[in-house]
Amino acid sequence: MSGPFPASAARALAWVPRGLALGLLAFVIFGPLTNLGLWAVAEKWYFPHTLPLQYGFSFWERVFAPRSNAMASLATSVTIALLTVAACLAVSVPAGYALARLRLPWRGAILLAFLLPQAFPSVAVYINVARIFYTLGLNGTVAGVVLVHTVHGLVFSVWITAAAFAAVDRSLEEAARDMGAGPLRTFFGITLPLAAPGVMASSIFVFLESLDEFTGTYFVGVPDISTLPLLMFNAGMGGNFQIAAITALILLVPSVGFMLVIERFLKADVLAKVGH
Amino acid sequence: MPTEPAGRPAPLPREGGGGGTPALAAAASPAGRVWGVLLVMPALAMVALFFLYPLGLSAVSAFHGRDGGWTLANVAKAFELYSLDMAFTLAIVLLSSALVALLSVAIGGYLTLGGNRVAVTLLRWLYRWPLFIPFIVAAQMMRSFLAKNGLMNNILIGSGIIEPLQAASLLDWRGIVVTFVWKQTPFVALMVAGAMASLDRSTIEAARDLGAGRLRILAEIVVPQIRPTLVVGLILSFVTMLSVMSVPMMINPNSPTMITVDMAYRINAHGDYGVANALGFVSYLMAGLVGWFYLRHGVRQGGAR
Repeated sequence: MSGPFPASAARALAWVPRGLALGLLAFVIFGPLTNLGLWAVAEKWYFPHTLPLQYGFSFWERVFAPRSNAMASLATSVTIALLTVAACLAVSVPAGYALARLRLPWRGAILLAFLLPQAFPSVAVYINVARIFYTLGLNGTVAGVVLVHTVHGLVFSVWITAAAFAAVDRSLEEAARDMGAGPLRTFFGITLPLAAPGVMASSIFVFLESLDEFTGTYFVGVPDISTLPLLMFNAGMGGNFQIAAITALILLVPSVGFMLVIERFLKADVLAKVGH
Repeated sequence: MPTEPAGRPAPLPREGGGGGTPALAAAASPAGRVWGVLLVMPALAMVALFFLYPLGLSAVSAFHGRDGGWTLANVAKAFELYSLDMAFTLAIVLLSSALVALLSVAIGGYLTLGGNRVAVTLLRWLYRWPLFIPFIVAAQMMRSFLAKNGLMNNILIGSGIIEPLQAASLLDWRGIVVTFVWKQTPFVALMVAGAMASLDRSTIEAARDLGAGRLRILAEIVVPQIRPTLVVGLILSFVTMLSVMSVPMMINPNSPTMITVDMAYRINAHGDYGVANALGFVSYLMAGLVGWFYLRHGVRQGGAR
């Protein structure tokens, strides 16, 4: 990875430490990812061979076969994630608007309350949620898992939505009101569309969080709900590295894709207002 | 929904001056306050019912015996069985946090002070990849990458860096630390780099004019100014790593292991909520410890964010 045509030998030499450091970082970051990719297309791979002995897609056929566990888990995962986004938006759009525009008592404490589920060791909480849900008949149901994911996603949806509303220029709202628009019409015609990219970003955060969530689903969803992370866990622990790798790749696509587009949705003016 | 309060009270002055129309100023009125509380209520109720209530229940159950009376037996039993795992958990999380701090400052520092534009661009592109990769996927990747016959050893042997006999499995405490650091560094580095980028460059330029090297500028000028952001990022990482169950379960489920694995074991194998909640209580104490540290050191620094 040296420069095209270094003007001097000194400049070329300066690339030695840089190249070594960047190369090491690339190895550390892409080594495990490459490993995963190889397992996904390996038919046969055993010690002491450095690379798979035979490549192929027979495991993909198994994963993508209609009515396979993986497809059912993918459908469950996506359903739960979409319902979680809906539940988060239903409570956080009003809450975000209030936090951004109305004067609230204990505003800081309210913002902090939404952070708590993310900023607290969660395993013991999930154990007790499962205990409560068991008495309510919510254990092992989609609704139960959605509730757990929603509480966890609220910090993203409330904080980012509030920041998005705060970043909307008030003078546009005032102009709409001066021209006779009612408060509801102003909200749906001006405020919400202008805040939409931020609300969208928060929804993607919530969607990914739900798609990737393992611990809560593990305690609350068993034995009836199997999401992709649970499937991957069972495949990996059972020694089926091909199925685990393919499932992991399916989970990676939305995550990495989002990382590449996040800046389009989260503008600097919104980011600057997150948590304020 | 925000509707106009009846009676339209006299407009109150808003923060930052500026008149505004009476209707918008009403947002700050007592009626606006009632609307605000009503709009926030559903979201707050979710947190109260499905997080705060089970959290309280777990803290209370830690000190309740099977007969329903108050007792310290659960805590005593947890310490008796798992004190090694508690120490292991704390050590792993502290070591990982220290490494994350070091690496994220190094990455942020090079992004801010690095002289070569190509190297900076490459680094910016490179370091973020693990950011949104789920812990469970990272754990599975590392499980096959760090094993004795995993790809890492294969590559090192293939390129002649180590002998086949030197190949060792890293699937113990080292594997957990590597996975945590791999996964959490981009998150903290992103926060740190953002804070560094928004610093006033003039102090950096002044130090550079006086002949200070880049390492010295980083340690003595840049890091002290972004410390609050670094501390917030590290505390969030600390608690996240403390609560992850999949990584220790998949990489090193054998003793000593992290207390999240023990909690799952107490529930799944014994239905023992008392000891599981006592272990949970210990994890709250660990999280509380860093929270206390933050309040002592973070707030005095003028508070972070």
